[in-house]
Amino acid sequence: MNMRSPLSRARGLGSAKTGTAHWWAQRLTALALVPLVIWFVVSMIVVTGADHEAAVTFISIPINAVLLILLIVATFRHGQLGLEVVIEDYIHTKWLEVALIIAVKGAAVFLGVTSVYAVIAIALN
Amino acid sequence: MAEFTLPKNSKVTEGKEWPKPEGATDLKAFKIYRWSPDSGENPRVDTYHIDLDDCGPMVLDALIKIKNEVDSTLTFRRSCREGVCGSCAMNIDGTNTLACTKYINDAKGYVRIYPLPHQSVIKDLVPDQTHFFAQYRQIEPWLKTDSQAPERERLQSPEDRAKIDGLWECVLCACCSTSCPSYWWNEDRYLGPAILLQAYRWLADTRDEAAGDRLDQLEDPFRLYRCHTIMNCTRTCPKHLNPAKAIAEIKKMMVERGV
Repeated sequence: MNMRSPLSRARGLGSAKTGTAHWWAQRLTALALVPLVIWFVVSMIVVTGADHEAAVTFISIPINAVLLILLIVATFRHGQLGLEVVIEDYIHTKWLEVALIIAVKGAAVFLGVTSVYAVIAIALN
Repeated sequence: MAEFTLPKNSKVTEGKEWPKPEGATDLKAFKIYRWSPDSGENPRVDTYHIDLDDCGPMVLDALIKIKNEVDSTLTFRRSCREGVCGSCAMNIDGTNTLACTKYINDAKGYVRIYPLPHQSVIKDLVPDQTHFFAQYRQIEPWLKTDSQAPERERLQSPEDRAKIDGLWECVLCACCSTSCPSYWWNEDRYLGPAILLQAYRWLADTRDEAAGDRLDQLEDPFRLYRCHTIMNCTRTCPKHLNPAKAIAEIKKMMVERGV
């Protein structure tokens, strides 16, 4: 039986003094993704049906490589921030919640770094 | 995980159908959630029939008539019967609202009445609001100042006074908070729309001197940032207030002081 007072339960462990940075980063990455995704979709339509050599050439153009890297970073950061919120919303088993947040962060970093490496490798080849 | 289905002992069963009044000219059926902690039975939905020609126009009129004339065991909170006390908040026809300001005839067919969603039920239509009001206490909903108290009232210009319009009218009925999925899944830590609107009521008050401390207390992934602008709060508010906007204003203040 829980004999804690209602106020003690409401206050819990107190304010985490964080949260705004997460929320702000989510808005900013969303904002960045609007032009980046439009650029990416238009570019992909333009190079539709092109061969491997054309794709390599496309990525080798510096501005394309830079925009691709920005797109990759913003996508994985935004996705990771969003998934973290979903996990916090719905998973209430603490160890599972923490494990999933770590897994999502790890996966985002691994996939993001891998993608960026691929772009650099192709662009500088 | 968040619970998406009712636990076994909360599954609602079909209840009793009470007799129709004799010589009724305009019958309306009310299907009302019933549960008593003493019976050990699952909750049930009882059906009552009321003659609208012999009843006031509001849902609360019908509830009082049922309690007086049909079934005195029906339990609900009520006080002012004019939308200022916030006691008779319940789920009517699928929407959280005040029984005293909801017209019976707004409901097509029969009227479904349930307690506020996702709260522990004390009995019938009475939810346990202990945690809700503890959360209200937690935001310290009173004027906080450090400067010396003036001889007379603390002055406020009409423009500054207008900043708390749309906030002070909140009667803390909890319709908004209990309509919010984020509050359903995380009410232990998320403050919910009603309490956040009240928090903003003090942040927006130009006589208050504790805005920084208040924001410090709200700066938390759960207390404030569980709001995902679902907007159920604003849609359901029986006082036509906008808790979602108040929450957005708090977030803007957070960014404003950090950027």
